[in-house]
Amino acid sequence: MTANERSAGPPQASSAPSGGSAVHAVTSVGATYSLELKDLRKSFGKTEIIRGANLKVAAGERVAIIGPNGAGKSTLFNLISGRFEPSSGQVLLHNQRIDGKKPFEINRMGLSRSFQITNIFPKLSVFENLRCGVLWSLGYKYTFLRFLADLDDANERAEELMAMIKLEKKHDVLATNLTYAEQRALEIGITIAGGASVILLDEPTAGMSRSETSRFINLIKEVTVGKTLLTVEHDMGVVFGLADKIAVVVYGEIIAYDTPEAVRADQRVQEAYLGSSVADAQAGGKA
Amino acid sequence: MTKKFYEFKPYNVGRWLLWTLYALLLVVAPLLFKSSLALTMLSQAGYLVIICLSYNILLGQGGMLSFGHAVYAGLGSFLAVHAMNMAAKGSFYIPLSLIPLVGGLSGLFFAALLGYVTTKKAGTTFAMITLGVGELVFAMSLMFPEFFGGEGGITTNRAYGKPFLGISFGPQIQVYYLIAFYCFVCTAAMFAFTRTPLGRILNAVRDNPERVEFIGYNTQRVRYYAFIIAGFFAGIGGGLAAINSEIVTAEVVSGVRSGSLLLFTFLGGATFFFGPIIGAGLLVLALILLSELSMAWLLYVGLIFLFMVMYAPGGLASLIMMNLRVASFGKLRELWVGYLALAVTALVTLAGAAAMVEMVYHLQLNTALGAELGFMGIRLNALNINSWLGAGFVLMTGLGLFELTRRQFLRQWGDIQNEIEKEIRRRELV
Amino acid sequence: MNLEFFTISLLNGLSYGLLLFMLSSGLTLIFSMMGVLNFAHASFYMVGAYIAYSTSQVIGFWWSLLVAPLLVFAMGAAFERFCLRKVHKFGHVPELLVTFGLSYLLLELVQLVWGRSAVNYLLPEGLQGPLFTVFGTNFPKSRAFIMLISMVMLASIWLLLTRTRIGLVIQAALTHPETVEALGHNVPRVFMLVFGGGAALAGLAGVIGGNTFVTEPAMAGSVGAIIFVVVVVGGMGSLSGAFLASLLIGLIQTFAVAMDQSLITLLARFSYAVTPETFGYPLLKLTISQVAPILPFLFLVLILIFRPKGLLGTREG
Repeated sequence: MTANERSAGPPQASSAPSGGSAVHAVTSVGATYSLELKDLRKSFGKTEIIRGANLKVAAGERVAIIGPNGAGKSTLFNLISGRFEPSSGQVLLHNQRIDGKKPFEINRMGLSRSFQITNIFPKLSVFENLRCGVLWSLGYKYTFLRFLADLDDANERAEELMAMIKLEKKHDVLATNLTYAEQRALEIGITIAGGASVILLDEPTAGMSRSETSRFINLIKEVTVGKTLLTVEHDMGVVFGLADKIAVVVYGEIIAYDTPEAVRADQRVQEAYLGSSVADAQAGGKA
Repeated sequence: MTKKFYEFKPYNVGRWLLWTLYALLLVVAPLLFKSSLALTMLSQAGYLVIICLSYNILLGQGGMLSFGHAVYAGLGSFLAVHAMNMAAKGSFYIPLSLIPLVGGLSGLFFAALLGYVTTKKAGTTFAMITLGVGELVFAMSLMFPEFFGGEGGITTNRAYGKPFLGISFGPQIQVYYLIAFYCFVCTAAMFAFTRTPLGRILNAVRDNPERVEFIGYNTQRVRYYAFIIAGFFAGIGGGLAAINSEIVTAEVVSGVRSGSLLLFTFLGGATFFFGPIIGAGLLVLALILLSELSMAWLLYVGLIFLFMVMYAPGGLASLIMMNLRVASFGKLRELWVGYLALAVTALVTLAGAAAMVEMVYHLQLNTALGAELGFMGIRLNALNINSWLGAGFVLMTGLGLFELTRRQFLRQWGDIQNEIEKEIRRRELV
Repeated sequence: MNLEFFTISLLNGLSYGLLLFMLSSGLTLIFSMMGVLNFAHASFYMVGAYIAYSTSQVIGFWWSLLVAPLLVFAMGAAFERFCLRKVHKFGHVPELLVTFGLSYLLLELVQLVWGRSAVNYLLPEGLQGPLFTVFGTNFPKSRAFIMLISMVMLASIWLLLTRTRIGLVIQAALTHPETVEALGHNVPRVFMLVFGGGAALAGLAGVIGGNTFVTEPAMAGSVGAIIFVVVVVGGMGSLSGAFLASLLIGLIQTFAVAMDQSLITLLARFSYAVTPETFGYPLLKLTISQVAPILPFLFLVLILIFRPKGLLGTREG
């Protein structure tokens, strides 16, 4: 499955499977990337958590970010979305620098994220949650001179979103009264509400059962059509079912970025996950 | 997907009814309660409603705990009183009916000025900054007697200018109707605010400030704008207060005032729009009636506040709404025995405690009059151990019985809540 | 400004600053450990002074120095156990509100028991009179005693936190209460002890401050706002920041209160005469001593504009 099979978007970058040693995909000259990380570093005190991460994500790609615990996946997300400031290095969104910018500035430039721990507006209804998500993107800003009920485009878009995440029946239910899976769906809904072109999902299926997970993956696929997606995931089934590319983060560096099959065969990845002896055994027995 | 779908929900008729009733109440109240004391209380309640509602924009809607809100109402009062004096002297004429707007604009101005620094932080730090800024303004009041009037404050006469259609605003009843008019308009305006994008995003900021950043909003900006709007309405209330009392002293910007705003808005209920209206009513009742009954009134208020924070953080409004919800399922009449028992035992406990408190105060202050005092028709002797033992006994018994009744009531309440949950689920399936 | 004035003001300012630090350190500790801003902290100060006033009439000042803080500790711990713990789950705003309610309660109770006017809480014989005389002005023993006690207290706190086991538990519970609980420590009890300890610190400050300064119901209000300023200016949660800010504010206020110059005096140095008709006269005629009460709050506003993290602050918000 290549990026070209999805709906049209900005010029697609063609990616050839790499031999296993190249860290980033070979692309056509002059392509713009949706998201780029250039030698990104982050230290907390004396400890360097992110030690020079490099990544180039083409538009419309679905990237899964995997890695051992403590590798720095969430920190990477936090750096990209503006929750933390990088110690050095650059983050580029559609070729514009976003490192050092505040979260709301980054969001306005077209990047949106969800959270590992559900982060919704508990005392507002499902509909209100989604409507809040669309307000800025529709240009309503800080106005207090118009009634929410009169904002037809905002209300319609919120209704559309509710249908997309299949929560129409819970129109007026307070978000805090939803089930866990419904709250996660609402979380996604708020994330895509503003029409951002780059979506970051932080462990979206955390805490879900197997059946819920597979349904949720389909939901994610539907709602992120045409968008660039990065998700942090632990569930390998999800990763192989959802992603075009996998980025492997180990000790604060991205040691591999390639198609799932290539990454699976990559020796360094195996070493990082399983230890070198097992990796040798695997390599011997691999088909 | 027309406008009708969103706004006119089933109980919209109820909403029109409520607003009409509210307007009617404001108009008719002084005709029902004819004494001059009642008129004073109603007038005070009128502008306190505006101030408490403006405070709740910060507290209930924005999650911003301010210990210095009286500053904006107070500065509104001061500018209003100066404007009235200038108008009376003829240097700058403004009709009295527009003076509250002068107060409002000054509240807006100072909120914009001081709010910029205040809203740089959130949460507990914000609370402390409001305390510091409030103390700053209050301390400044002694430094600028020209503006703040020093110890005696600034006096004025509200009946300046030519009477319009016979209305000079000299008599209290005319002032009351001016206050009532502004009260209705401001309540409506603040309610409308909750239905605008800024109002809704403010709620989102209260619930989850971090998330709001990630939907494109600068939370600091949102808080700043809300702060300014709250200051505007507080200023209007302050302007009306100046008109009503015709004197403004530095005390109106004090931390004590801010504290009482917080106390009573919270008691009324910060989680519902109408809570502060109840709170303003309680404030007037406490200030005027309760303080006459007992020297220790602030002690009682403080105790009630403490219990409210611990057991009913939504205030009286939430208690009312919870019972309305039970009533809508037809189960309220099952609770009336429980409520009666709670009320009786609470009153007994209160009687015992109050007797002891009053005896202490009596000893402290009125020893010239002897050790005896009247309490609820019984003669107590503050120096006689029997009175103390008796009061203590009443207190302990009441407390014990109250605790028993409370536990029973809670059990009953819990059962009813379960029944209601089942009913809701049943209705969903149908 | 002569040397005598400078030295005396310096010493007075330091002793006042150290008293402020005794108060704000307890506040900072409670805030760091529990995330609770104890609005009633200055009320514990007041209660300590009043209790010491009563107990020193029975057992003397020196025993009151031990007994009064212990009683305040008990009060603080009881409050934490019965009231604060219940609202812990509602969040930080209700916690602040409940301590706010407590401040009202304590004020009214004190007025109930001891009356609404100031009480005559006297210095014991050992602390009356001057410690030494410098340039003709006395430096009172009581102020030196304040400095001594606050330094001793500061040192013991530091030792307690860094060298004892309970101190390590407290430090760990600061950032990872669940982990500490999982390790078998009784975290709620730790919180109760910390809150009580902070209250006791405030009470101790009251015992020694109450007879050096005045003991009256308004003492809580007047010092309360200032210690909040100290904590914000120093940086929320930073003990060293609180120390620095306390000394700064103590010194600034002590110096300012004694200086009678105003902008008019300054302009007069440049031979510029100011009359009541001059523009801005109300502002120009203000002497520094008149402005003294607002200086801490001005300081707060300036810090917030130019260095919002506080002088030595590390945590955000």
